[in-house]
Amino acid sequence: MSIRRLAANQPESFAFRPEFEAQVKTWIANYPPGKQQSAVIPLLWLVQKQEGWVSEPAIRVVAERLGMAQIRVLEVATFYTMFMLEPVGTHALVQVCGTTPCQLRGSEKLIEVCKRRIGPHDHRSADGKFYWQEVECMGACANAPMAAINDYYYEDLTAESFEKLLDQFEAGEKPAPGSAIGRQGAAPEGGPIALTDPSLYDGSAAKPITIPNLPAKEPA
Amino acid sequence: MPKAKVDGIEVEFEPGMSVLQVAELAGKEIPRFCYHERLSIAGNCRMCLVEVKPGPPKPQASCALPAAEGQEIFTDTPMVKKARHGVMEFLLINHPLDCPICDQGGECDLQDQAMAYGRDDSRYAENKRAVEEKYMGPLIKTVMTRCIQCTRCVRFITEVAGVPEIGMISRGEDAEITTYLDKAVGSELSANVIDLCPVGALTHKPWAFNYRPWELKKTESIDVHDALGAAIRVDSRGPAVLRVLPRVNEDINEEWISDKTRYAVDGLSRQRLDRPYIREGGKLRVATWPEVLDVVAGKLRAVSADRVGVIAGDLQDAESMKAGLDLFRSLGVQSTDCRQDGMSLGGGPRESWLFNSTIAGLEDADVVLVVGANLRLEAPLLNARLRKRWLQGALRVGVIGEQNDLTYAYDYLGAGPQTLSGLSRQRNDFVKALKEAKAPAIIVGAGALSRTDGSAVLKAAAGVAKSFGMTWNVLHTAASRVGGLDLGFVPGAGGKTAGELVQKGGADVLFLMGADEMDLSATDAFVVYMGTHGDAGAHRADVILPSAAYTEKNGIYVNTEGRVQLGARAVFPKGEAKEDWAILRALSERVGKKLPYDSLDQLRAKLFAEHPTFGRIDYVAGPEAAAGLSLASLGGEGELSDAPFASPVKSFYLTNPIARASVTMAECAALASGATKMAAE
Repeated sequence: MSIRRLAANQPESFAFRPEFEAQVKTWIANYPPGKQQSAVIPLLWLVQKQEGWVSEPAIRVVAERLGMAQIRVLEVATFYTMFMLEPVGTHALVQVCGTTPCQLRGSEKLIEVCKRRIGPHDHRSADGKFYWQEVECMGACANAPMAAINDYYYEDLTAESFEKLLDQFEAGEKPAPGSAIGRQGAAPEGGPIALTDPSLYDGSAAKPITIPNLPAKEPA
Repeated sequence: MPKAKVDGIEVEFEPGMSVLQVAELAGKEIPRFCYHERLSIAGNCRMCLVEVKPGPPKPQASCALPAAEGQEIFTDTPMVKKARHGVMEFLLINHPLDCPICDQGGECDLQDQAMAYGRDDSRYAENKRAVEEKYMGPLIKTVMTRCIQCTRCVRFITEVAGVPEIGMISRGEDAEITTYLDKAVGSELSANVIDLCPVGALTHKPWAFNYRPWELKKTESIDVHDALGAAIRVDSRGPAVLRVLPRVNEDINEEWISDKTRYAVDGLSRQRLDRPYIREGGKLRVATWPEVLDVVAGKLRAVSADRVGVIAGDLQDAESMKAGLDLFRSLGVQSTDCRQDGMSLGGGPRESWLFNSTIAGLEDADVVLVVGANLRLEAPLLNARLRKRWLQGALRVGVIGEQNDLTYAYDYLGAGPQTLSGLSRQRNDFVKALKEAKAPAIIVGAGALSRTDGSAVLKAAAGVAKSFGMTWNVLHTAASRVGGLDLGFVPGAGGKTAGELVQKGGADVLFLMGADEMDLSATDAFVVYMGTHGDAGAHRADVILPSAAYTEKNGIYVNTEGRVQLGARAVFPKGEAKEDWAILRALSERVGKKLPYDSLDQLRAKLFAEHPTFGRIDYVAGPEAAAGLSLASLGGEGELSDAPFASPVKSFYLTNPIARASVTMAECAALASGATKMAAE
């Protein structure tokens, strides 16, 4: 991790687009009056969803919306590395896991690909389409090595399959996330060797139940 | 009360105290960096580790651990010592150890505690972390590599000053203290973060590389830049006052002072009047003491007493006003006034011009009505006190006058006197709260009483105070004002007020005792200015008698509560300047009305004999004494104008001659006015 600073070039202003505005209202309404500050992380995340990164005008907008001091929002935005403080690639934000399990399974090769195709880490590529960074464990060790590209995990990568993925992103496609070798979930390569009887998990043997507190379906 | 044992010593403590506080009760000093008794607890420096039984067998941060009945606390076991050594070693990993070029050197908590807990060598060969400097305004110099992230500055500015502009961004090794986008800190109390900083990360920008703390002579004195009389320590070297720091006085300033109190001291060595002057052919020329005194005495003899006027300024000590009053009354002069602003108070019961709730007593109030005062600019420490009370909850503040950011929520009731006089007829939440209040208080600002309709405003305010049973408080803006009113430094029978004296033809001889806040363009009098700075008064003067500033004389000041306090001399007056009372004593001999005292002690003895309130140093009567005040008798009949109340403090940093001579204050004022412009755009 390096020192996180706001980007040198900032847009003039920021405003939530209508589809995000609705979510902003939902999040703020989630907290009791006077405690709106609790929504600071969701709002910053919505900013990042909309713009791809968190700009300085956006920090001011969030501070104003939540009645917080600007410095408090800046503290949060700089504390969490999930908030990108400068513009990322237009086509893909590539986060390659470099932690031990992935490293043992060849993540260094993926990093080499990134360096060759995109350039130095934490910078945009020359054409502005890509941005890559090395991150700590993303919790998909069973399918190492992996990279998170935009919102999804791409697992069981090799230098070749990874490069092909990047080609697809460059072409503006949306490759299917998941294992590059067709692995089912986190099962062993070649398919599951335990719990092979579907009735053990497909619910056919279970009594119907209602699950309380299911999250509301995310708006499309 | 519960009991605990600290290193075998049993102590009783109040429930809710932390282990650190209990250890202090037992006389054990616990090292700390982040803990401060007036701020919230952060628990992030880990220096205050102790061993506690019962509890997990590991060192515990005593500042954040509540003490419990039967607890055994150990502050000097091998485990505690080792833990603290470890914490110190971690703190020093990235600390630059540049003490020889650090302004904090000699008064640095880290330096001191490293003497007790530091290793004599380092086990680290790695590079140290370096942090970019931050801009925090013209007062705070930053060397952020020295920062140990105690966050005291963040907590002070957020909690006490109420201006959340400093924060800690990023995390871990990259954590940095900064303001939002390197803006200047917009608080009148901002420099207190420098006192709080336990290391040399935040130091005084105006005083950078000017002194070492051990070179300075320390004099405990009283501040005169506002009417609160905050406790200060004046640090001087040779003839120069180098700095002013706060002292603890729970009744007034706790342990904070305003930026003006602190940094206006460079004005004490600029624009000074260090020799007597006489105006000849329109120009001032240097003169000698006998010469100027003869000229003044000649003038005073030549004109009749009713054509002489005396105006006392805002920074005068009580002794000089007493000497002035004695001298000029003996000459038959009735036109004496200490109220440059034309305030409609004076010559009645003493409680009518005091802040009767007392500053500390304001914490007991539940509803406060502020009339015509901008507390944040007129008395920043009082404002901080009110904010402290507001944070405790169940306080309602109503404001009639200017609408400003006071750092706490308030009900804005209206702008002018009509709102005030019609308050009891209003039906809103605030008036309802006022009716139900147990301990309501009214704060009437100097701005409300120094208008042309001041007397009617006074009557209206007193009426409101009476009808709601509010404690009567007047907030003055001048350090000398209450002293002057206590002395009766107001026009005698047939005398003119300050405002009348400076009119064309108002007087033939005008004797100004450090009076610089008046418009002297109209007067055609022979103006004698006795004062310290080449400011408004000296500019117009025909004779200048150089006198001593507040750091250059022993003097009595009475603050807005009516608390009599002793200011002390730190350095001698500049050049040929003399103490004010001594000048008046010399003048008295030349006009043939020799004052009956040859020393300050004799003058004080007379002062105490004739005005017993001055003899009770640091005593304040408080709200009980004000209960007998007849509010109905205050003020007079008159038309209330529609003009909104305006605070007499337009620019916080430029309220008196000392501040106006200060380069630092000029810089702050320019920044403050620029900031207002930006906000208005």
